[in-house]
Parts: sequence; C-alpha cells; structure tokens
Amino acid sequence: MVQVNLGTNILGANDLLARQNRNLFASKGVLVLNLMSSPGSGKTTILEKTLEELQGKVRLGVIEGDLYTDRDAKRIENKGAPVIQINTQGGCHLDADMVAKSYQNIDAELDVVVIENVGNLVCPAEFDLGEDLRVVVLSTTEGNDKPVKYPLAFRQAQVIIVNKMDLLPYTDFNTNRLSHDLLDLNPTAQVFFVSGRTGEGIDEWCEWLLEAVENKKAQHNDHGQE
Amino acid sequence: MHELALVESVMSAVKISAAENNINTVTRIGLVVGRFSNAIPESLEFAFEALKTDEAMFCNAQLFIKQTPVVCRCRQCGREFTIERDFRFVCPDCQSNDIKITGGRELYVDYYEGDED
Repeated sequence: MVQVNLGTNILGANDLLARQNRNLFASKGVLVLNLMSSPGSGKTTILEKTLEELQGKVRLGVIEGDLYTDRDAKRIENKGAPVIQINTQGGCHLDADMVAKSYQNIDAELDVVVIENVGNLVCPAEFDLGEDLRVVVLSTTEGNDKPVKYPLAFRQAQVIIVNKMDLLPYTDFNTNRLSHDLLDLNPTAQVFFVSGRTGEGIDEWCEWLLEAVENKKAQHNDHGQE
Repeated sequence: MHELALVESVMSAVKISAAENNINTVTRIGLVVGRFSNAIPESLEFAFEALKTDEAMFCNAQLFIKQTPVVCRCRQCGREFTIERDFRFVCPDCQSNDIKITGGRELYVDYYEGDED
C-alpha cells in the first residue's frame, strides 16, 4: 500500500480559468457582474429594467445561464442588448470555462457584462467566474431567512438587491430584520430595495452601477492598458 | 448538486497522480472540506459511489472526508474564534462585526492510498 499526499485544490481548475477571465476583463476595462438568486426572485426582470434605465448611458451585454431554455435570453434581446445563452443541460451552476467561451462570442464593445447565473443560491456561490462584483437578489416573498440559510452566497456578495418591494405589505418580510441579519453576516454589502415590476428603486441601483463602471474604467486607464 | 462536478475533478486529480506513481488501484481518498464551503459531505459520498463504478481503478475505493471549522479573526481586537452552525460573524469578545474569515473554505484532496502494479 502506498499513500500519496496530494493537497490538490478541487476547484483549482476553475479558479485558474476565473483568474484568466479576470485578467481579460481587466485588460478590456469591462465591469463584470455575477448575478445570483434563487429561482423566481426576479433577476431577469431587474435586468430588463436596468437595461431600460441605462439605455444610451452604458453599453451592457448579458451572458444568460439557464438549465434548458432561452426564454430569459429572448427577454434580454427584446431590450436590444447583446446576449449569449448558456444552457447547462440540468447543471446547477455556471463555471469559469463556460463564461470564458461565451465572452469570446460576444461581438460588441461593452462597458458592463452581467452574467445571470442559474437560479440557485448553493452551487453558484462556490464557483468564481472572474467577476468584479457578486450581486445577490432576494425577494420579499421568499421570507427573511434567506441570508442566514445561504450564508456563503450572502457573505460573498458586494451588492444585495431586495426585490418585489411592491408586494411588501402582503408578506411578513421585515426589512429591519434583514438589515440586522446582514450586519452580522455582511456589514459592507451595498443594499438596494427595488421593485422589478413597478421600477421603484431601480434608478438608485443604476446610479451606483454607473459609478462602478466609471471606477473600473479609471482603473483601466491608470494602468495604461489597451 | 454541484458535488458531482467536484467529485469528477477529485477523480481526475487522483488519476493523474496515480499514473505518475505507478498506482493501479486506489483504495482510499481523503478530502478536506471546510464548513463554509457549500459542498455537503453526504452528497460528495453519494456522487463518488455513483461515479466510481465507471473506473476500474476506483471500484473498491472509499472516500474519507474531514470537515474543518470556520475560523475567524476579529480585525478590531485580534481574537480568533470558530463558528460551527450559526453563521453570524461577530466577535465574542468585543462584539465587532469587522471579521476576517481565515479558514473554512477549504476544498482539497489531502491524500490517497493505493496499490502499485
């Protein structure tokens, strides 16, 4: 019997590709978001509203992860944005390799790429895609306990968007409770309260996003990269 | 559910190393899984049992998983502490929430055992 000590990182292959993605995005000065949530919390609707709000201000493209369909990609396309579809064929998350291949297929100069991950708060949290910012959406109809139940996803997020604020009166969702939980879990996250349906709060989120785009561009110019 | 993808990469890492070390049969694979990774030990075991029958060298192998705690350090007072279940990153001494997570995200193949030709 032989014992071999290995110490191989199981996510090593993905992490390496994610680093390559991050370098590529930096060299282009493009800001990349990894948008995550559980199914049905409103990622695509928020994206649609964001595209409307930012039309003419910023060039935004979307990499759309979905198990089998291209329904969400069609919705984004209808807003006039370049979109690349990834069907994971039942796979529960996107990985850095899928993103690298999709990014190559975007035939447009962009300021922002939003990667809409597969609806799932467990598996996608584990896979670095090379993004600059992780954005987690949580909706009021899902209840208050999502952050505590999915601590990794919420701890790693730089932005948390609370959606379906128009339905707040019909739920037991408590925004104070959420703020309290986030203080212990992720005190530095930017939190936005929006309604994808009515558009409430989308302007604030978009203003913040525009600033992040400018910062990324400034960084890019500072390094004198092409 | 992503445990299937994780186990595939475990098996491929072990396979490459086993070839380099002239090992034909793997009997034991030791993994280290942090409690702040989203990989569930039971799901890793389930995935391994499902996949190992496809490869002769893994047919009789068993997975041994060591879980490591979530280790935190308070940036305010320097206190080190661990978290087991309730993921609230608050210093037990000074109550600060300015906490650095220093351990618990581990996910690696520690070792494997096997037989040579």
